[in-house]
Amino acid sequence: MALIIEARGLTKRFGKTQALDGLDLTAESGQVVALLGPNGAGKTTFIRMVATLLRPDGGDLRVGGYDVRRQAPAVRRTIGLAGQFAAIEPAMTGRENLEMVARLFGQNRKNARSNASSVLEMLGLADAAGRLVRTYSGGMRRKLDLGASLVGAPKLLLLDEPTTGLDPRSRIELWDAIRTLVGQGTDVLLTTQYLDEADNLASHVVIIDHGRVVAAGTPAELKRRVGGKVIEVHVRTDDDVARVAQVLRRFDHGEVRIDQATRQVSVSVEGGGPVLMNALRAVEEAGLEVEDVALRQPKLDEVFLTLTGQPSADAALETTAS
Amino acid sequence: MAVATMPITKTTSIGVSTLQIARRAVLRYLRTPQLIVLGTIQGAMFLLIFRYVFGGAIAISGGIPYVDFLVPGFITTGVLFSGMGAATGAAEDLEQGFVDRLRSLPVPRVCFLTGRALADTAWNTWGLIVTAAIGFAVGFRLHDSVVNALAAFGLCVIFGFAFEWLFIMLGLLAGTPQAAQGMALLVFPFTFISSAYIPVSSMPGWLQAFASRQPITYMVDSVRALTQGQAAETLIGHSAGYLVVRALLWALGFVVVFGPLAALRYRRS
Ligand SMILES: Nc1ncnc2c1ncn2[C@@H]1O[C@H](COP(=O)(O)OP(=O)(O)OP(=O)(O)O)[C@@H](O)[C@H]1O
Ligand SMILES: [Mg+2]
Repeated sequence: MALIIEARGLTKRFGKTQALDGLDLTAESGQVVALLGPNGAGKTTFIRMVATLLRPDGGDLRVGGYDVRRQAPAVRRTIGLAGQFAAIEPAMTGRENLEMVARLFGQNRKNARSNASSVLEMLGLADAAGRLVRTYSGGMRRKLDLGASLVGAPKLLLLDEPTTGLDPRSRIELWDAIRTLVGQGTDVLLTTQYLDEADNLASHVVIIDHGRVVAAGTPAELKRRVGGKVIEVHVRTDDDVARVAQVLRRFDHGEVRIDQATRQVSVSVEGGGPVLMNALRAVEEAGLEVEDVALRQPKLDEVFLTLTGQPSADAALETTAS
Repeated sequence: MAVATMPITKTTSIGVSTLQIARRAVLRYLRTPQLIVLGTIQGAMFLLIFRYVFGGAIAISGGIPYVDFLVPGFITTGVLFSGMGAATGAAEDLEQGFVDRLRSLPVPRVCFLTGRALADTAWNTWGLIVTAAIGFAVGFRLHDSVVNALAAFGLCVIFGFAFEWLFIMLGLLAGTPQAAQGMALLVFPFTFISSAYIPVSSMPGWLQAFASRQPITYMVDSVRALTQGQAAETLIGHSAGYLVVRALLWALGFVVVFGPLAALRYRRS
């Protein structure tokens, strides 16, 4: 199969920050690749390089077989970019925005118009097409931004955190739109901070931190390594924390994590509902009282903990970083 | 979805790209009515203040009424004020991701600049028409041929175009609209230290030395000479032709210096 992205030993430094530190990544045509990583991992930096907005300091990067340094115009014809922040014109209508991008992509007036129409239709924006983008909701803007990235009919779509800041419904609508595109044969490279998003959309997940690949594989492979889900148990008294941990250790796939301050015990498990039931039964049999219990997807920092054996160095800074 | 694809190596033409980018910038201006209304009111207000508040205290030798002295200066420096829109506009394009979008498209690099310059020139020209109309309304009259007046108008468009390169560069340098506005405001004092609103001869000698040689003065005086004829040429001490040549050389200088700087800055951004 043809390689749509081929990155070898990519490096990029901004002042003192090594944003990319020898990143290797290959993606085959026909795949949706999710780039997963915490704040500052280098996701945007990599996307911007693929989009020819940033030049690598070192290493090689080919997109659709074209070298980003020497064949930038051909790369730009291969890709469509929806950046981390929606870059559409509020003082223009949805249709005007898409037609402009299509024209800038080199299409004649007639093709631009019909392509804009079909994209608006596909994204469910046909009714709002004649309204100024100023009046759009956040979710509609994101969708239109996605539309702008695909109105040129690119081979490879680059989506930088496409659903960040969206409500759950808009998020799912956007996922559907992306899936439709993939069904039509568009390749997608997207970045996300959410494991479930990668799980939902991608056939290949690359986890990066500090500008390096930490782990890569299909969502199933990674989940097998991480453990599928997390059981989180919240108890009433301080003393119970240790006891519940003792009980849950039996179901543990990775390691039992204890947070004494919030009286919370969490454990990675394989499988879903039945495991949760068994775990609850065991807790009950031990005569322990539970305040609250949840079965959820592992959070990104838990994935890191499991895959690398150490917390992401940014986890502690996440609240201060943007 | 039936989407037509393009040959892979082709870059979109400079003409189409420039027009599309210019159209967007013009729509941004047009669809922000506050900008148009406020800009017009501000211009009118300042013209009225100069004309009626300061005007009485400023006597122009050679029998030229102050309103005829002032309006050419006001119209000419007007391009600097509407030109500030180019600085904030360029900064917004950077900040809001339009530049990124453009650079990810197969569009020639130079088109961001040509598109912006075209749109900002159109915007400037509109501003010139409005200011001139207000000028006539408060008593400004031509004392030379209509052809020369039209030439003066054309010169103002050229001056506006020339200053835009400075403003676009400042906008790209500033990065945020607020900073861009702050930087653009730095040109404000230069309009006062020129012949725009008062005769340079009324300034102290050391200031006169600068004021009489700086580009804004040549530009204002060329417009003054073309609209007021003989009386203005006598007042200034130079013929219209002499002034026009110098003003145009300055304009050319701005384009030659700040055009490439803006392009360089765009490349780096
Ligand atoms: N233009 C820049 N100048 C200086 N530092 C930068 C620049 N761009 C990125 N960085 C730094 O490079 C590192 C990687 O940034 P990048 O934007 O690629 O992260 P990210 O994975 O996209 O993060 P987020 O999830 O917050 O979007 C960060 O430490 C960031 O501060
Ligand atoms: Mg990012």
